[in-house]
Amino acid sequence: MAQIEKTQVENIDREIYDIKNEFTYDYKTNAGLTPEIIREISAQKNEPEWMLDFRLKSLEIYNKLDIPTWGADISELDMDNIVTYVKPKSGLNYSWDDVPDDIKNTFDSLGIVEADQKSLAGVGAQYDSEVVYHSIQENLIKKGVIYTDFETAVREHEDIIREYFMKLVPPTDHKFAALHGAVWSGGSFVYVPEGVHVDIPIQSYFRQNAPGTGQFEHTLIIVEKGASVHFIEGCSAPKYNVNNLHAGCVELHVKEDAYLRYSTIENWSKNMFNLNTKRALVDKNGTIEWVSGSFGSKVSYLYPMSILRGEGSKSEFTGITFAGEGQNLDTGTKVVMAAPNTSSNVNSKSISKSGGIATYRGLLKITPEARGAKATTNCESLMLDNESRSDTVPVIIIENDDVDIGHEATIGRISDETIFYLMSRGISEDEAKSMVVRGFAEPISKELPLEYSVEMNNLINLELKGTIG
Amino acid sequence: MKEILNVKNLKVQVEDKVILKGIDLRINSGEIHVFMGPNGAGKTTFANAIMGNPIYDISEGEIYFKDKLINDLAVDERAREGIFMSFQAPIEVPGITVENFLKTAKTAVTGETQRVMPFKRELKSSMGKLEMNPDYASRYLNVGFSGGERKKNEILQMSILNPTLAFLDETDSGLDVDAIRIVSQGINDFHSEENAIVIITHQIKLLEKIKPDFVHVFVDGEIVKSGDMSLALDIEKNGFDAYKKEVE
Repeated sequence: MAQIEKTQVENIDREIYDIKNEFTYDYKTNAGLTPEIIREISAQKNEPEWMLDFRLKSLEIYNKLDIPTWGADISELDMDNIVTYVKPKSGLNYSWDDVPDDIKNTFDSLGIVEADQKSLAGVGAQYDSEVVYHSIQENLIKKGVIYTDFETAVREHEDIIREYFMKLVPPTDHKFAALHGAVWSGGSFVYVPEGVHVDIPIQSYFRQNAPGTGQFEHTLIIVEKGASVHFIEGCSAPKYNVNNLHAGCVELHVKEDAYLRYSTIENWSKNMFNLNTKRALVDKNGTIEWVSGSFGSKVSYLYPMSILRGEGSKSEFTGITFAGEGQNLDTGTKVVMAAPNTSSNVNSKSISKSGGIATYRGLLKITPEARGAKATTNCESLMLDNESRSDTVPVIIIENDDVDIGHEATIGRISDETIFYLMSRGISEDEAKSMVVRGFAEPISKELPLEYSVEMNNLINLELKGTIG
Repeated sequence: MKEILNVKNLKVQVEDKVILKGIDLRINSGEIHVFMGPNGAGKTTFANAIMGNPIYDISEGEIYFKDKLINDLAVDERAREGIFMSFQAPIEVPGITVENFLKTAKTAVTGETQRVMPFKRELKSSMGKLEMNPDYASRYLNVGFSGGERKKNEILQMSILNPTLAFLDETDSGLDVDAIRIVSQGINDFHSEENAIVIITHQIKLLEKIKPDFVHVFVDGEIVKSGDMSLALDIEKNGFDAYKKEVE
């Protein structure tokens, strides 16, 4: 049944993604970045001193670092015009009934409210800078699983947060990591104790409503020894005439024999600079699986990174990027294999149309310790017309000779013959193209939870119809 | 008996190369026509031109399908009018299952949303008749199919979509004896007084099982001779040489 539903989505309601609520807020900072603004954010959150210090230090680092020059152009991004903190007119709620109607309706039409009741073990919903709703199943709490918004985590689990917060992605890493350290807000904290298996997924959804703002949610997931969890993240924003910024940070710690699947569909509007950093550290025999769909945004820089530091640890990456008119999506993966018998498998696909640019930028580094490492990378690009562009930029650094490496990259177009074949069966040209593209994306959509694979097919159809503004 | 196809003085070129030099042909319901002729004579071009393949330019002539001039219809519109063409080399479409593809196609052709269970039953029954492993329903369209399975899959599509006029382009090539038996049975099951079939072939094995009404010999972009099954038998015995000379 699932299969059928996936490809039979015909009536696409573009409105779902583009609901613009009136821009109301409880509190917001002025645009720009100053120590005073940082202090305001910290004070709003009633933070401990160490966190304020961390923010101020990060701002100093931010001011010292240069904007990267090797990728897509982000010179239009003007931090002086970005509001970094918008507190919604809602506190944190544990029942949807308590969430204000306009915000609740947004999440309802995105399918989050329904999924919460039906198919998820826990749900977090962030609106602009703060999480407005959180739930977790009682039985998971009993097993010691923690799933909260990040502010609550800083208050209630300070020892863990101090130990892990921005240790994997330090503010010195790059300019936007520093920015994140200075103005981070909202996000998720997941802690799965040793040996606990969370059988059904938990999900956080990040919705950015306010125009001319930034969203900087922090996600920290710790999966202890022998534990497992599937975390799903969804992001979207309506389109405005001013640029928005998303600079989230995701830190994943996968301990010995642990398993984490991290799935995400990012569906930004085309005025968004999406400069996101995601990183996983994997111990002995642990597994990280990334499933990633990158849609929308004006510019994206996104390279989920796996550091395989434990013997026999594994990384699997399955991702798809769709770049349409006026979009430059620079995505890829980084894998550092730093222990014996580690393995990495990358399966990346990109689609570009109407002058969109899709780049796969990959780094694979195999250190001298990583004997017996196995790594395969497979990049496939589909260009829908002659104006679009697709590049594969792999960097492979191998520092020992006991490795097994495969790299394959293919770039293609939809053949006229294929379209003729499908049309000769009565299928319209638009539907034929969309079938080919959906088929191309199928290895990724089948890895996603059903609602997301439906959403992804919706997005593909929307992109092909050119109806996203 | 109703007229299904009426082609008048059809001239077709690909880029600047003239392939069909003026074909006249009329096909009525209930008929089976056979196109024979050497490679490059224009048989496949004719089928493609009727199906509306955009790489074939119609420079002159008219195609009437069920009394309607269809020269300017798009490929999918022609399919919805009831024209079908099996491919010599069916295309692989990764990620789209045979079942989903056929369900989408049938919805398009009939204009009616296909209900899940009845459609599944119809598909299963049609696949059974063609001795296709039911697993093929959930496999990606033609991906990893053997030559024989691809050809059967084309016949399956024809039986599900139920066209008024079907071109079968070398559906028999590369098939073993069993597959020829199954495919010819599939064609006979499909054939009725309401539809018509055009078989493009180089061999008579398939024709022995399907009783064609007319055989047309294509040479160098023209139909040089039309007749009945005896013409096919003569070609089987003596080759095309005699007909080639007729052109000169």
